Amino acid sequence: MKRFDRAAVWFVLPSLFLVALFSIYPICDSARLSFYRMILMLPWLGEKFVGLENYGDLAGDPVVLASLGVTLLFVAVSAALEVSIGAGMALLLNESFRGRGLVRAAVLVPWAIPTVVSSQMWRYIFNDRYGLFNFLLFGRDASRYLAPLAEPGLARAAIVFADVWKTSSFAALIILAGLQTIPDELYEAAEVDGASAWQKLRRITLPLLKPALLLALLFRTIDAFKVFDLVFVMTQGGPADSTNVLQFYGYKKIFAEGMIGYGSAISVGVFFISLALALLYIKLIGASVLESGAAR
Amino acid sequence: MKKFLLPLGVAAVVVYSLLPFLWFVLASWKSPAQLTAIPPVVVPEFHWGFYRSAIVNYGLLGYIKNSAIVAGATTVVSIAIGALAAYALTRFHAVWLRWYLLVLLCVSMFPQIAVAGPVWRILNALGWLNRYPGIIVAYISFSLPLAIWILSTFFKELPYEIEEAALVDGCTRTQVLRLIVLPLAAPGIFTAAILVFIYAWNEFFFALIILTSPPLQTLPVGIALFPGEYTIPWGELAAASTIATLPLIALTLLFQQRIVRGLSAGAAKG
Repeated sequence: MKRFDRAAVWFVLPSLFLVALFSIYPICDSARLSFYRMILMLPWLGEKFVGLENYGDLAGDPVVLASLGVTLLFVAVSAALEVSIGAGMALLLNESFRGRGLVRAAVLVPWAIPTVVSSQMWRYIFNDRYGLFNFLLFGRDASRYLAPLAEPGLARAAIVFADVWKTSSFAALIILAGLQTIPDELYEAAEVDGASAWQKLRRITLPLLKPALLLALLFRTIDAFKVFDLVFVMTQGGPADSTNVLQFYGYKKIFAEGMIGYGSAISVGVFFISLALALLYIKLIGASVLESGAAR
Repeated sequence: MKKFLLPLGVAAVVVYSLLPFLWFVLASWKSPAQLTAIPPVVVPEFHWGFYRSAIVNYGLLGYIKNSAIVAGATTVVSIAIGALAAYALTRFHAVWLRWYLLVLLCVSMFPQIAVAGPVWRILNALGWLNRYPGIIVAYISFSLPLAIWILSTFFKELPYEIEEAALVDGCTRTQVLRLIVLPLAAPGIFTAAILVFIYAWNEFFFALIILTSPPLQTLPVGIALFPGEYTIPWGELAAASTIATLPLIALTLLFQQRIVRGLSAGAAKG
């Protein structure tokens, strides 16, 4: 064990300062602002303390409740799909075959593409008159062409699909790391005992992979909760608020409508939901951080 | 059966991963008529008009410049500050340092909207909206958790004995960091730098609220707000998107193994 050294403070200070200024303080300030009525477009109203009024409005705002529902639906469906598809990809990438390195790089491509770019790409593919999507479904019969981004149900599916396409490779990486920790001896022993490929998957791979699957699921849940870019570019929250996720609604309230107080109340709500997810994550993996720490 | 299924699965995964974007890249080389043709044209004319138009009419080079400056500066400073913190986190023993790591972990998971309003107000008060320092300092602080987490996992793997010997011989902590840890951890630092660069190059939310003046906007903002509400200039948009993605594809192909290692260091460590 090395002795505590006062110098540690100086090493940590620059990062601590920035994180405190741009992450910790803003969370506290959001909480404070949520007790005020402040509207950017009406500066003469000033900053009026209104107590819990914003939260009362929040509870009675049907758009917020719908937005929460849309967000939870999006998170649940896309995280589940991403982990399932990611698991399939990981099983595939764990096999040995020629050109595996190249295939792994190819799988990473959607992850590396800026979300804004992939969103525009899907808009082009989902176009209602000349999109590849419609052509693949209906050929040249333009009378049956759909406008996926202009119809509530389809728009939601399109956003989920775009997210799944972009991020299932990330889930695959986490699951692949888990797969590689399963000792080969287990499979060899199973083969000696005459187990089929399906039995090996059910009895060895899946049970031992459970921690990695859970980790991937939690990671994707936390990240899917942040969805913004896709919605901003593809649907702007529409049609009829059907893709109006919380991040987008909060952005609209604060930055488009200038409702600082009310928007901050949304920020606080979002913060507590994500804090709960973060604590769940820490409970899953972080306990060991506190015990042994990053320190050796 | 396996011999048959494996290539099929691999082919499916590759097509699924590459085809949609390839379709968009092909669009950038089509002629205006080919862009909206039904049935779709697969092989484009390979005409470069949309690239020229994106540069001349849509100021693509300006966006590229802004993105390069912002992502470059973010990467350099974030890694420098992150390396200091990661060194302390892996070499000193104190309970508060472990809590710090947990706080960083938490902070990296909060949606942007949880902090966006006050971040805007701070930068507004500093007069740093629509200026490079404003967006860069925000990106540095938001990328620090990622940088510190990845650097810590790499620093942890270095043999401590060399450093101990150097400390006994009278080196200061800063000298140890500079002369021993950083050179030895160069691969890890490079990995963290790639990931921070990709974050900063791709980030959209804060760029959108901090950079409202077009001459300062980065590529993601430019591409998201590409002008044309009713008739979308798909050719120029595809050309700009291809150029914005090119450096990332290059990084991914060149450093696939490093990126995978860095990501799993950031995610699966426990």
